Amino acid sequence: MSKKLRTPREALAKMDNGATVMIGGFLCVGTPETLIEEVLRKDTKDLTLIGNDTGFPDRGIGRLIVAKRAKKVLASHVGTNPETGRQMHAGETEVVLVPQGTLAEQVRAGGAGLGGVLTPTGVGTIVEEGKQKITVNGREFLLEVALQADYALIKAHKADELGNLVYRRATRNFNPLMAMAAKTVVAEVEEIVPVGELDPDEIITPGLFVTYLVKRGKKDE
Amino acid sequence: MSKDFARERIARRIAHELQDGMVVNLGIGLPTWVANYLPSGSEVLLQSENGFVGLGPAPLPGQEDPDVTNAGGQPVTIVPGGACFDSAMSFAIIRGGHVDVTVLGALEVDEEGNLANWMVPGKMVPGMGGAMDLTVGARRVIVAMEHTAKGKPKILKKCTLPLTARQQVDLIVTELAVIEVTPQGLVLKEVAPDTTVAEVVAQTEATLIINTVKVMEV
Repeated sequence: MSKKLRTPREALAKMDNGATVMIGGFLCVGTPETLIEEVLRKDTKDLTLIGNDTGFPDRGIGRLIVAKRAKKVLASHVGTNPETGRQMHAGETEVVLVPQGTLAEQVRAGGAGLGGVLTPTGVGTIVEEGKQKITVNGREFLLEVALQADYALIKAHKADELGNLVYRRATRNFNPLMAMAAKTVVAEVEEIVPVGELDPDEIITPGLFVTYLVKRGKKDE
Repeated sequence: MSKDFARERIARRIAHELQDGMVVNLGIGLPTWVANYLPSGSEVLLQSENGFVGLGPAPLPGQEDPDVTNAGGQPVTIVPGGACFDSAMSFAIIRGGHVDVTVLGALEVDEEGNLANWMVPGKMVPGMGGAMDLTVGARRVIVAMEHTAKGKPKILKKCTLPLTARQQVDLIVTELAVIEVTPQGLVLKEVAPDTTVAEVVAQTEATLIINTVKVMEV
């Protein structure tokens, strides 16, 4: 039995209104739906959500948008969820659109102890507005600051009892990056195996990053 | 010309630009059609920015794997030899110049090779996804688009919409023409067999440099 194993309710018990929450997944592939379900149930509000996209109205981060749980969203793409666009245009939710590679690096930097990264992406576009431009070897870069969060809700395929994680196929996306960048990291997994069953070479996220494990589909009584 | 016929022609022509050994990223929509026209046995390595290389064809019905989709969320396959990675590595591949060619759709392109394809202020603001990184990072940027939208030119003197990236487009392929972006401006390289140079010029707002124009292979 893993010391990190929790029910969804236990794992997110201390998530408060106004928290900053990173949520893994790419168009709901690799998104922790069981944890999102729990955020919906516990009625947490005014969240700042960070994710690649806002999913679909009935799936992934999209469900939190539809339920008006976010005051601010950082994402690279919101086109698959018309409700995000509607709230953005109506001024109900602040939506910051970030180039996908920039978002990945901001999250990675947040977990890696860096202040930010210099990227050529966005130079000469509206993305550069309000940002510091730095010239290195004659080329212009934007300073994109690191991102950190109170919670990272991530999805992995398999964990061992120590929280070491492996991912499957395209579900990896932002999950290992977010696992490094939040104070509390909750990993939703399909399966938990005994320590020693995962080959150290195959582990993508070392268990030291993972606070709690939740089994996918697990419901609190 | 029907929309599908036009799109098929564009995709077929762009497929000729891709060679074995190249790492290629195809954008969502029309660009994904290019994969359908690669010769059998092609060794072009397709990158999918959601996290793998070795993007293969759509699976047979009933064999979809929910963990294997393209960047548009559609079920795809990973060919033998494919490799999975996280988003930071995916964009290190893209930004770091390890993608030889990216094929992207466009709302507008202009004489300087500026590209606008991610938003129409007040109307359509889906977000840029990976398009800004791809445009800046790929070694060669090919725009795949219909020549006009509702009869209005899309190849302009200057883009009017918010840019995706500045001066990054290398080649524009439409159902009517193949146009190369050079430091001197846009060079008309090929026109389709069912149109004329004059017709292409009439449907293009930007100035086209015309020297030797070939017939586009379609």
